[in-house]
Amino acid sequence: MSTDLVPLAFLMFVVTYPSRAIGLLAPAIDRLPRRALEYLQLVGPAILAALAAVNVMVVTVDGRPSFTVGLAWLSVIACIAIVAWRRNLFLGLGAAVAIAIAGRLAGLP
Amino acid sequence: MSLIAFGGAAQFAAIGFVANGLAWSAIALLTLLLNLRHALYSAALAPWFRGRSLLERAVAAHLLTDESFALAIAHFRRVGRFDAIGYWYPAIATTLVPWSIATFAGVMLGDAIVEPRRFGIDVIFPSAMAGLMVGLISGRRELVAAGAGAAIGVGTSLAISPTVGVIAGGLLGPLVGLAIPRAKARDDDEPTVR
Repeated sequence: MSTDLVPLAFLMFVVTYPSRAIGLLAPAIDRLPRRALEYLQLVGPAILAALAAVNVMVVTVDGRPSFTVGLAWLSVIACIAIVAWRRNLFLGLGAAVAIAIAGRLAGLP
Repeated sequence: MSLIAFGGAAQFAAIGFVANGLAWSAIALLTLLLNLRHALYSAALAPWFRGRSLLERAVAAHLLTDESFALAIAHFRRVGRFDAIGYWYPAIATTLVPWSIATFAGVMLGDAIVEPRRFGIDVIFPSAMAGLMVGLISGRRELVAAGAGAAIGVGTSLAISPTVGVIAGGLLGPLVGLAIPRAKARDDDEPTVR
């Protein structure tokens, strides 16, 4: 087992822990301007959506990013629909994987 | 990585970017952005942890995730007070332990899966991100921020690069969301920071 990524894990801890601890260890965060708190509240959905969209819609070939349409779109849309409907991420992921497996067995890219 | 960073979405992202040969500094910036929302969770939980020891609050912060926050804050509100089991059970038993076991299993058995795409493994990351996003959407503003984040992310990715795209989507999407007027009823739904 490689340990090459252990320093990266520590680096991720260093940049992750402060945001988790700021409220619990220095509760002055509740005195931030209301607008700043509202902005922070929207960062999660925005960045997760960007990550998902970029992952399924953009493919980099020879260093050049290009738009792509594929089976992954269907998987992600199904996952979104199921999580919104059942509030169950596990079920959504199961459906996404099942669609991908079935689609590829049927010869889809 | 699961025990040290315990970053969920950030770990998924980091692995993907490592595989693409991205600089660690960019991964660190993405991790920071991805986990900024934890500052809000932390602030919302702070009143319930008032009076607890510094050590307990410090460890609780390390185990703060979307899942542990959602389960714990709902429990605290239901019982009307801090309840240690109500935080440590979701944080450790239903999140840290299964996540660590699963990542360890992935490291040990991953090479045995010759063609991950055949098993749909490649769709797990974007689906998980999208599913977690749905869990964070509680109103029009979040919905618009998510849509804008995705659109800006894809547009910027095509124009510049996927890394810049994700960061741009995460930074600018919320600004678009803020342009949406607050829904009146939402005032009562927000976490109370007392």
